[in-house]
Amino acid sequence: MADKNTPPKGLQERMERNIWGLLIVVAIVLSVGGIVEIVPLFYLKGTQEAHRFPEIMWQEAGTTPIVSVTYETDEAGNLVRFKTGDRGQFLKKDTGEFVQDPRRGQVRAVETTWNWKPGDGIRPYTALELAGRDIYQREGCYLCHSQQVRPFRDERERYGHYSLASESMFDHPFQWGSKRTGPDMARVGGKYSDAWHQQHLRAPRSVVPESVMPGYPWLDNERLNPSKIQRHMKGLRAIGVPYSDADIEAAPGLVHGKTGMDAMVAYLQVLGTMARLDPGVMYRE
Amino acid sequence: MEATADYAAERKYDFDVVRWFTIMAVVYLVVGAAVGVYIASELAWPFLNFDNPYISFGRLRPVHTNAVIFAFGGCTLMGTAFYTVQRTCGVSLWSNRLAWFTFWGWNAIIVLAVITLPLGLTQSKEYAELEWPIDILIAVVWLAFTFNFIMTIANRKTSHIYVSNWFFLGMMVMIVYLHVVNSLSIPVGLMKSYSLFSGVQDAMIQWWWGHNAVGFYLTAGFLGIMYYFVPKQANRPIYSYRLSVIHFWALMFGYVWLGAHHLQYTALPDWTGSLGAAVSLAMIIPSWGGAVNGMMTLSGAWDKLRTDYVLRFLIIALAFYAMSTFEGPVMSLKTVNALSHYTDWTIGHVHSGALGWVAGISIGAIYHLMTRLWHTEMWSEKLVNVHFWTATIGTVIYVVAMWVSGIMQGLMWRAYDEYGTLAYTFVESVAAMHPYYAMRAVGGGIFLLGAIIMLFNVLMTVLKSATAGSLREARGMPAVAVA
Repeated sequence: MADKNTPPKGLQERMERNIWGLLIVVAIVLSVGGIVEIVPLFYLKGTQEAHRFPEIMWQEAGTTPIVSVTYETDEAGNLVRFKTGDRGQFLKKDTGEFVQDPRRGQVRAVETTWNWKPGDGIRPYTALELAGRDIYQREGCYLCHSQQVRPFRDERERYGHYSLASESMFDHPFQWGSKRTGPDMARVGGKYSDAWHQQHLRAPRSVVPESVMPGYPWLDNERLNPSKIQRHMKGLRAIGVPYSDADIEAAPGLVHGKTGMDAMVAYLQVLGTMARLDPGVMYRE
Repeated sequence: MEATADYAAERKYDFDVVRWFTIMAVVYLVVGAAVGVYIASELAWPFLNFDNPYISFGRLRPVHTNAVIFAFGGCTLMGTAFYTVQRTCGVSLWSNRLAWFTFWGWNAIIVLAVITLPLGLTQSKEYAELEWPIDILIAVVWLAFTFNFIMTIANRKTSHIYVSNWFFLGMMVMIVYLHVVNSLSIPVGLMKSYSLFSGVQDAMIQWWWGHNAVGFYLTAGFLGIMYYFVPKQANRPIYSYRLSVIHFWALMFGYVWLGAHHLQYTALPDWTGSLGAAVSLAMIIPSWGGAVNGMMTLSGAWDKLRTDYVLRFLIIALAFYAMSTFEGPVMSLKTVNALSHYTDWTIGHVHSGALGWVAGISIGAIYHLMTRLWHTEMWSEKLVNVHFWTATIGTVIYVVAMWVSGIMQGLMWRAYDEYGTLAYTFVESVAAMHPYYAMRAVGGGIFLLGAIIMLFNVLMTVLKSATAGSLREARGMPAVAVA
């Protein structure tokens, strides 16, 4: 080995004798692959099919609420009282925010009207679906179920139309998964009844004897928290998911009195049903 | 034994923190493998989920992956990096205090992971599940580790930076990039956040992280270990300097492109997947460069394999490394990937790398460290040999089970009968997996048994060293028995 006083020969030896040089060159070399593969995905128009096929999107997202909720007003005319868990809370109708109610609230009926129907196009998740998606993440469902149908004949027949990038553009984070210990979930919506899903989630082997899925009976005992889901929706809106003010205001009404099981089933039933895809159209190269 | 050299090193360098990392690595190997065997058993015998949320498969699987990658792998990397950087630079650590901060910080992260993951607090990105406050802590501790390492090199007495330190450095820098970018998210609660990215971009960023956690954390870092411990244990210089230079730069440049091969045939644009697959294929060359360089270091000293059990671990690890870095590029080919993706083949591939290569090279390095750091022979050489065979046989059973089940799954899903309809329902493929899932649990169980034997042997060695006062003697203090 050369000693410290001989001048270095060539770039390699220069780096081997200078930690800062080595650090900088390594840092540059390491950054190339990621920059080339990731950055273009944010600006190349071909990445999102919605760019060429705007009809797969629900154009009213962010302007019309997905579900309109009419809250029953109290005597004063502008406040609705909810009871969430043991805490009495009331909703300030103008801001859509929860405030602690010293008088303890009453459970009131709310009326809901859907402004979107399956096939109308890709849209953000409703409050109830999002609560279900939170549970899907929490329970680690993505570890055994993919949400990404590949363009093969057998997958088309087993699961349906291949998945499009735009179908998960509101999925923070993506739930494509990497393993199919159980079947793909990308187009499970509408294939089974709500009752089937509930029974299957509570005790999988009572419906499918060969299944190796864990049971999720605790979902029935779990009450959804309206102010929490509202906070989640606001967070998503801050990073670009087009929720309208009305969507966020409607959130408490949609999850009020619902269980984790209701949320999970609502999420599963919407998967893959948003866009009406035409088998004759080439959405992807 | 070069006792006098080791005594001199003991007085010169900061080895206490290395000792603690070494012991904790062995503890976490047992914990991580035990959780792995349990979740493998849940897939074979699903009643083991007991309808209990905290031990259901979906919540325990991240505990397993985090325990083996970050707890076992992390402690091994930090311990060996702090050891080799001192020995190859001829100076003690830049800051012993910062090294202890790294130790306690990293272990605090592991404890937090063990608490939060069973509670279902997760970002749901594979191998990056931990929620945002823990992510911030990881970044701080990792930077402390990296900074201390770099500053120690900057203080070095030797003129050149040894090759194992290049690999450690590459790993440290890349993990900073990956961890920071992939974990960017918007907090919506103390323990809940949503990824800043969505859909296809999020998928690409996640697998850029996912594959480079393998490529840098589990490969470059462990190549750093290989480049120090294989020549040391074999007592021979590394086979080729030129090869190490070429394969270092090729690995640094090439590995970062591979993430896209996890997303073949998905909604990721075709150009990205093809690029990932093409570079994956080319990566056989630098990967094998490392494997050849390690193995050929033994040329002329192959007889040592008959007597040196530690060397056996190091060399079988290189064999598994060569095997799985051949398998990986094959699996990234589109036609193979169409069959292998989403199946257990991937799990088999990961474990031939994780159990065979990463655990093998770590275990070899840890046994090497045990004698150098505690200044005594192993409590039982025989048990090291038993561990070698349990680890190897367990790994082979595990990997074969997953190969068979993976290929079978892939073939069953795409099979058609004579009427042109799908031959099998999905659940028939699930039922067909049962014997292989049981076999995998058995293979994992054998590997776990070996890990328990190692922990026992390691603890007995520490006890033996303490009883004989070897450490005090090495430090030049009067040899008083402490136990």
